[in-house]
Amino acid sequence: MKKLILLGLSLFMVLSFTCSAGAKTLKVGLDADPVSLDPQVQLSGGMLQLSHWVFDPLVRWNKDHQIVPRLAEKWERLDELTMRFYLHKGVKFHSGNTLTTKDVKWSFERLQKSIDFKGLFEPFESVTIVDDYTVDIKTKKAYPLLLNMATYIFPMDSEFYTGTDATGQPKDACVKFTHTFANGNESGTGPFVVKKFEQGIVLEMTRFKDYWDTKSPGNVSKVILTPIKENATRVAALLSGDVDFISPVPPTDFKRIRSDSKVDLVTLNGGRIITFQMNQDRVEAFKNVKVRQAICYAVNNAGIVEKIMKGTASVAAQQSPVGYQGHKTGLKPRFDLDKAKALMKEAGYAKGLEITMMAPNDRYVNDAKIAEATAQMLGKIGIKVNLKTMPKAQYWDEYDKRAADMMMIGWHSDTEDSGNFSEFLTMCTNADTGYGQYNSGAYCNKKIDELVIGAQSETDVAKRTEMLQKVEQILHDEAAFLPFHWQNHSYAAKKNFKIEPIVNALNFPYFGDLVIE
Amino acid sequence: MFAFIIRRALQTIMVMLVISLIGFSIKSNIGDPVRDLVGERVTPAERAEIADKLGLNDPFFAQYTRFVKNVLYGDFGTSLIYRKPCLEVILKHAPATIELVLGAALIIILISLPLGVFSALKPKHLFSRFIMGFSTLGVSIPVFLTAIMLIYLFSVTLGWLPSYGRGETVDIFNNGYWNSGLLTIDGLQHLVLPCISLASIMLPLYIRLIRSEMMEVLETEYIKYAWAKGLAPTRIWLVHAFKNTLLPVVTVFGLQIGIMFAFTILTETVFQWQGMGFMFLEAIQRADISLLIAYLVIVASVFVLVNTVVDIFYGFINPTVRISGTK
Repeated sequence: MKKLILLGLSLFMVLSFTCSAGAKTLKVGLDADPVSLDPQVQLSGGMLQLSHWVFDPLVRWNKDHQIVPRLAEKWERLDELTMRFYLHKGVKFHSGNTLTTKDVKWSFERLQKSIDFKGLFEPFESVTIVDDYTVDIKTKKAYPLLLNMATYIFPMDSEFYTGTDATGQPKDACVKFTHTFANGNESGTGPFVVKKFEQGIVLEMTRFKDYWDTKSPGNVSKVILTPIKENATRVAALLSGDVDFISPVPPTDFKRIRSDSKVDLVTLNGGRIITFQMNQDRVEAFKNVKVRQAICYAVNNAGIVEKIMKGTASVAAQQSPVGYQGHKTGLKPRFDLDKAKALMKEAGYAKGLEITMMAPNDRYVNDAKIAEATAQMLGKIGIKVNLKTMPKAQYWDEYDKRAADMMMIGWHSDTEDSGNFSEFLTMCTNADTGYGQYNSGAYCNKKIDELVIGAQSETDVAKRTEMLQKVEQILHDEAAFLPFHWQNHSYAAKKNFKIEPIVNALNFPYFGDLVIE
Repeated sequence: MFAFIIRRALQTIMVMLVISLIGFSIKSNIGDPVRDLVGERVTPAERAEIADKLGLNDPFFAQYTRFVKNVLYGDFGTSLIYRKPCLEVILKHAPATIELVLGAALIIILISLPLGVFSALKPKHLFSRFIMGFSTLGVSIPVFLTAIMLIYLFSVTLGWLPSYGRGETVDIFNNGYWNSGLLTIDGLQHLVLPCISLASIMLPLYIRLIRSEMMEVLETEYIKYAWAKGLAPTRIWLVHAFKNTLLPVVTVFGLQIGIMFAFTILTETVFQWQGMGFMFLEAIQRADISLLIAYLVIVASVFVLVNTVVDIFYGFINPTVRISGTK
């Protein structure tokens, strides 16, 4: 009897082993899932992640923050305005159609109409088809970020999305709040085909058998993505083996995951800067550069990174992270309490002042805790802070109203370029141009505007770098905002999932190239 | 009886109207749903345009009458985050919650009955003291903590049970509405931990309730008479005493099941359990106002309906209870 049981057990083990060895399934637990299958309906991290799995861009960022070929196998600059892209030949869509420049033009023009993307593609003039595999993309003015923007062009299958669906609606409709054909159906060129998509519950994808990139080492045949919102549950799901890959990893669990021999933790510097803005329209004192500097000197942002972020962020003294053209190496965090007090005294606020502060509590990593720490630190130089934190659903309304004297904002540059930070956060607010839309500090310096706008059409890299670094220097000297840190990205996976090569600073894990051993 | 039903129907409509009014009046405090639909760089003007298209800028009264009118046609609005009719979204999330509550109720019944009866019969027994101590502990630990501890013990450390989600489900009616986890082994395994967590809130209460009711019954005259008559102890305990213990317990249980639905929000969040509680929280966080209001109205009307049915049946079961309104 005992032998029989043993035999049965070993048989079972062998069988289950062969089963798992045959199909390489990747089970993913993320904090959020994509909201749609239409890559152009919303500009968000989750949607771009999906776009890299199901669609493929013309070019993409690699781990070293360089742009590498994807569907465009090479490109060349024709003149100051035009870039010519040569498409990879023989690329199939999931529907079986072949990718041609017609699809690139179609997708590009749809992007220009998409509410979320049209802002990004504003500097672009047109797309001209040269032949089936050659296409020219033209900008209105000389635009140094043309290639950066090409990372957003994920060609969609124009034939598949043409016509009307069962409800009589055009298939190419790009609408956020009702059901559309593109929200629930896809035909891209990417490594994975969507098999099942139930929003908020599960996204199942299988490998596309005719995937063009045969050189990719990736061997994942199936991806099952489940959103797991609760941090503790997500970590438990990985540790118990229910999922193979999770992101983000809550800072409090870093130690635990590092000490577990079955899983690997990978963290990367991300590009999202966390700041507080000081509203000069609301508080007379903030008009005084010395008060703003005093605030920067009073806040120990390195301490916040160490204690609150548990080392999972990089301390910042400017907007641009390392690797961006505008990043100025000399700028250091300036924590010096005595200096801060002296500056307050010089500015005539030795008695201190009272201000209001607002921050979200579910938008950035540890956002409310950072705000609490800041309020306490400011207390030490006599600034009494009345802090209010709230969920993001309510926070953005308040932010738009600029409802507090100091408000928190985090920003990631869509263009992966320094200029974008200033365009939204520190340029003078202008409703017509859209500049300074998120400048709740009402900081306004014509010199900054001039430099940033100049850099938009400066194609000489050396000159452009100088301009953007000058912007950071001025913002630093004038203490235009209170910088904290750049958030890191964090991933954890079982040891046999080699995630290190496929994750990057943009937080787009390229599952198509993932190797499971 | 007829008058009673009519009155209750009118009451239901009133409740629905009041709830929807409350929902509408708090909706501006929940947040701006458009924010969640667009990327950060979309301009305020474009956001305003979307809000216009959604009718969010209309005057309060216009929005409310439009809502009521649509509800009369069976249309509870469209969920912004799911892009589907609210009614469909809610109905699809309901089975998960119902199965969770049923499982928890089963655990409560199976454990609280024997333990409660035992501790009433042998109050000085060591095991009874242990039960009482344990139930005090149970009441004081929040469900969130219980759930996390269960996950770490049974999923992470021991690896016996899955840590999250519903596992493999079967579409019972083949129309996508009732995905049941009760029919597969995987689905049942996924049910265990969430059900225990949810049961942990009510379980100590029931043990104590059954114990005290039973002890009270044991003191009554007819039990004393039964002892005097020389009946076997098991017969006295299980037939005579236990039966009368159950009446008040069942009444409370019926009432508390509704409250358990409310407690599912926490349990479902921890276990990423895709039920109504989870959906409700998601709707709040992402300011999906239409879904929120539809949820409130539908749940309120279900409650009133269930209560009405229970009241009517109560009259049949226990003729001494007279329904108000009958003469």
